[in-house]
Amino acid sequence: MLYRENGQFKTSYRSDQQVFPIAQDRIAIWLLVAFAAIGVPLLVDEYLFRAILIPFLILSLAALGLNILVGYCGQISLGTGAFMAVGAYAAYNFMVRIEGMPLLAALLLGGVCATVVGVLFGIPSLRIKGLYLAVATLAAQFFVDWAFLRIKWFTNYSSSGSVSVANLNVFGIPIDTPHAKYLFCLGFLVVFALAAKNLVRSHIGREWMAIRDMDVAAAVIGIRPVYAKLTAFAVSSFIVGVSGALWGFVHLGSWEPAAFSIDRSFQLLFMIIIGGLGSIMGSFFGAAFIVMLPVFLNQALPALGGLVGVNIDTATIAHAELMIFGALIVFFLIVEPHGLARLWSIGKEKMRLWPFPH
Amino acid sequence: MGPFLETLLGGLMTGMLYSLVALGFVLIFKASGVFNFAQGAMVLFAALAMARFATWIPQWLGFDNKLLANVLAFAAAMALMVAVAWLVERLVLGKLVNQEGITLLMATLGIAYFMDGAGQTLFGSDIYKIDVGLPKDPIFLLESTFSGGILVNKEDLYAAAIAATLVALLSLFFQKTATGRALRAVADDHQAAQSIGIPLNRIWVIVWSVAGFVALVAGVIWGSKLGVQFSLSLVALKALPVVILGGLTSVPGAIIGGLIIGVGEKLSEVYIGSQIGGGIEIWFGYVLVLFVLLVRPQGLFGEKIIDRV
Repeated sequence: MLYRENGQFKTSYRSDQQVFPIAQDRIAIWLLVAFAAIGVPLLVDEYLFRAILIPFLILSLAALGLNILVGYCGQISLGTGAFMAVGAYAAYNFMVRIEGMPLLAALLLGGVCATVVGVLFGIPSLRIKGLYLAVATLAAQFFVDWAFLRIKWFTNYSSSGSVSVANLNVFGIPIDTPHAKYLFCLGFLVVFALAAKNLVRSHIGREWMAIRDMDVAAAVIGIRPVYAKLTAFAVSSFIVGVSGALWGFVHLGSWEPAAFSIDRSFQLLFMIIIGGLGSIMGSFFGAAFIVMLPVFLNQALPALGGLVGVNIDTATIAHAELMIFGALIVFFLIVEPHGLARLWSIGKEKMRLWPFPH
Repeated sequence: MGPFLETLLGGLMTGMLYSLVALGFVLIFKASGVFNFAQGAMVLFAALAMARFATWIPQWLGFDNKLLANVLAFAAAMALMVAVAWLVERLVLGKLVNQEGITLLMATLGIAYFMDGAGQTLFGSDIYKIDVGLPKDPIFLLESTFSGGILVNKEDLYAAAIAATLVALLSLFFQKTATGRALRAVADDHQAAQSIGIPLNRIWVIVWSVAGFVALVAGVIWGSKLGVQFSLSLVALKALPVVILGGLTSVPGAIIGGLIIGVGEKLSEVYIGSQIGGGIEIWFGYVLVLFVLLVRPQGLFGEKIIDRV
């Protein structure tokens, strides 16, 4: 009853083609952003910021980037962790080597470096498809892991191999409390999500989807596969690179290549599969699910064990987590292969008709 | 010349073991079009089962004969792998028929996580030894030709022989038996195979069991070489470029790809790696594959990929 577009007449092309054509959607998203920016900081304590909210925001951003490549352009990539690492280390080098480098510029330049590497490793996609491509992108993962471990220049010759940044500030405002970090990441996420949403609705986004659905047919109707695939790699690795820089700078503070290992790539791929391929909203759902699940299991399993009087040690919990995680992945793929985003859109359809069945 | 040949031989031996794991990938991909990321987890699971049963079974039954214990443990581990194959078909693949390749890939990743967790819960997460009596002493070849000769590990020789036998047996199984023919039919075309009365479900169980068997053999060999521990499941990541290099659908490709990558890895580590910081084994296979794929997108022996609109 409340969620219905009846009576909302579009009198111009502009209003017909806006991102959220239904007024309720617009209001809801404004409320959501306002709540995230104003309400959440008032309600939440530091632990939640550090353990859940900041990782959620940054990984949503990364998932968003990956979704552009995998969900919209159909090029499977298992090298996301590598592109995150490139973003993080490049941003680090810009910060360390150039005196007075502003943080924002360093993060974005990190993204630019990730773009270059992404396009470089995206070139094989012009000839290789599907699973072959997935394995080929693993080359990026292993090569980049190795490079940041072995080539000392990247880590500024630090003896332990880990790098760290301190005293972050934007335009003189220090980013040191969890609260400030949260708002900083939220700002990035909102800007990039809006940009991505508009990009996938545009000319270039339609080209990506055409390539995804059938590349030969797309080429026949005049879409250049080279251009479409490489732009997808470029945009995707830029966003992923920025998120990697944020992950290193804001979330971790000091990190080593293991932070961007192949497990990270798998984790991000899980996010977009569970969330929904080819859906901006899905990236958020997937990130929320994957970030929350281990935290939840960590809390729930010992409690459950205590309930039945069994004391579960930490090793068992770690293994049980793996099992439940794996089982849940399979379960989700079976019951909803199109991801949580599909459930969301089904729910919205139902809401529009409610309380009538048809 | 001596060190070169030694590295070459070492590479061939390692390559043989990679091909064993790669074989598991190829078998499953051929028969069901599933890119089975869980192969590494299956190797770990099988090796853990083998290692633990070999100590448990003599305790349960109260005898002390190493050969018998190993044989029984191998049988028990094999039974377990068949059970796994059946469960995978029942609970996962059977429900995901007609899904896209990436969904199936993700499902096998889920299976991999599950098996990593389950294996360590059931069998413990320490480092275990598998002792099937492979001799460990090194031998020296061609001592008359070079000073010092070439050092070869006897264990590696046995492992290579076992791997070669396994490959020969599998080829026989695929070419000569009725089940093998059915497997090949399913690999060619699911629907056509089903329409002439080949039961897809049973074929999948069989092929996953065969892959489980290959994983078990690979696990036993790797395990007796390096000890059974979690890192064993990472062997799959080393075998991935092998599969892709040889072509996803080709059994001989898996063998030759394994040998190429094994040798290339060792030689590059010795001759290039020492100059640029070492440890390039990790990515050498992948980068090699990347360049090969640029020339031959279907791998060396894969079926030609034909695009139809």
